[in-house]
Amino acid sequence: MTEPTPSATPLPRQAEPIKAIPVRHPGRWVAIAVIAVLVAMFVHMLLTNSAFEWQFMVENMFKPPVLRGLLGTVSITVLSMIIGVLLGVVIAVARLSENPVLRGVSWVYTWFFRAVPRYVLLIVMGNLGILWPRLEFGVPFDTYLGRLFGIEDANWRLFGFTTRELLSGFLVGVLGLALSEAAYMAEIVRAGMLSVDPGQGEAATALGMSRGRAMRRVVLPQAMRVIIPPTGNETIAMLKDTSLLIAVPVTAELFFQLSAIGSRTYLIFPMYVAAIIWYLFLVSILLVGQYFLERRFSRGHGRTGAAKLKLEGLAAEHGVNPELP
Amino acid sequence: MTAPEEFMVRTDNVHKSYGHVEVLRGIDLTVERGSVCVVLGPSGSGKSTLLRCMNHLEKIDSGRIWVDGRLIGYRQKGDKLYELKDKEVAAQRRDIGMVFQRFNLFPHMCALENVIEAPTQVKGQSKADARRRGMELLDRVGLADKAGNYPAQLSGGQQQRVAIARALAMDPKLMLFDEPTSALDPELVGDVLDAMKDLARDGMTMVVVTHEIGFAREVGDQLIFMDGGVVVESGHPREVLANPQHPRTRDFLSKVL
Repeated sequence: MTEPTPSATPLPRQAEPIKAIPVRHPGRWVAIAVIAVLVAMFVHMLLTNSAFEWQFMVENMFKPPVLRGLLGTVSITVLSMIIGVLLGVVIAVARLSENPVLRGVSWVYTWFFRAVPRYVLLIVMGNLGILWPRLEFGVPFDTYLGRLFGIEDANWRLFGFTTRELLSGFLVGVLGLALSEAAYMAEIVRAGMLSVDPGQGEAATALGMSRGRAMRRVVLPQAMRVIIPPTGNETIAMLKDTSLLIAVPVTAELFFQLSAIGSRTYLIFPMYVAAIIWYLFLVSILLVGQYFLERRFSRGHGRTGAAKLKLEGLAAEHGVNPELP
Repeated sequence: MTAPEEFMVRTDNVHKSYGHVEVLRGIDLTVERGSVCVVLGPSGSGKSTLLRCMNHLEKIDSGRIWVDGRLIGYRQKGDKLYELKDKEVAAQRRDIGMVFQRFNLFPHMCALENVIEAPTQVKGQSKADARRRGMELLDRVGLADKAGNYPAQLSGGQQQRVAIARALAMDPKLMLFDEPTSALDPELVGDVLDAMKDLARDGMTMVVVTHEIGFAREVGDQLIFMDGGVVVESGHPREVLANPQHPRTRDFLSKVL
């Protein structure tokens, strides 16, 4: 270290703040004028077109069956997201495991459920009763096995259900949406885990952690930052996709109830508008939640986040330990 | 041939390839208990790979590696080799600490949490015991006052010293250092080297891949110069550095000294 010379720190000089005329944006004013005219036309239509039947709509959009449908929509969204996320994590971990069987099975799963459209999947699941009128559990291939040992009509079943009794519309709806969601969540979780620096897993295993523990304690928590934002989008998409449950059919669902009122009264359009308003309201709530969740999980990350943490650290350092470099 | 139990590390004709590239081409090496072995060599010479084979982060293609008399990654019965399970490999790694070039601290944990993670999770130490020991170790590397800081709030040199404390928390018999100062600003290298010298003085067996010639001369008991996947020259650091025999060693040293 060299001795600091007394004249080494120059004094800061005073400076005049810049006063400049800002760049003009005439294009913006033109755009504002065009948009204002379009908005005025739209509002005028809303108020004057009698087909909207506003009063009828407001009277009907809070009716008890509609509110029950709303509850159904929200609970199906929540349930199928929970199952979908949990199953998705399992499939993602299987996809990244060293076990080739698990890798193969999880690949086939994601391939199938990403390839089949949700609407088609829900229709098929709603009609599983055609394939199996009864679901029974017992020894697989029992009739063939029985014939092998000389027994005709072997029937080694433990218990069974009538398919319609076991699989209510609600359950089929939740299952169908969850199974399909799990395939997408698996891809999201996998991308999140791959985004974590491989050195992290290495450091954890070098400390003597098993692969599973390293995944749980070190890799997954860091992957959350990447996983959370798209999961928010998936939840919003799921809320909207509950309107596809009409295919199963599920009756305790918002869109089904609103269209039912519309068909009964022959005033179908106001009820569609009611559906739009309800979905706008629900998604807006989710968007607020997503904003706070993302803010929470991006702390200390990214360029600005890391810089901010570092500055806080430096400030604390100078406060507590002024002698440190 | 000497028995593997006599040495902390012994490697026997170790080969390792990535695709067509043979990175290690027959490495024979012994590291005495309590000694410091410094591995020098140009980049791509296979020194980091050799280090990573010692705790089975990389699988070797042929040869044998013993650490503390135990065959790494395999079990030998007669002349048959059986691969060890994930859990058994993990158990072997508990005795081998590793310090990485890029620190690899867990960014979602503060310094102390980084240090106590493995003892509590892997060894089942109580949180209180682990914290006490963790604070001792952080104090030893001069960072007791940074225990609550997250890695992003620490300088590179501080992060690397936390990483050393984290490895020591498992009470390893052997410490592997993979270019521990290469990612550091020059003025931060000294603190990390001091922590390593302190460790060497306490009798820790260390294998250090580095470009710090001064460290090799001062602390090393054995110097290994690698090039093209083979050990070109080895001996006592002061002798090799003062009087290199092989032209490759001479050439390399003339560039770094």
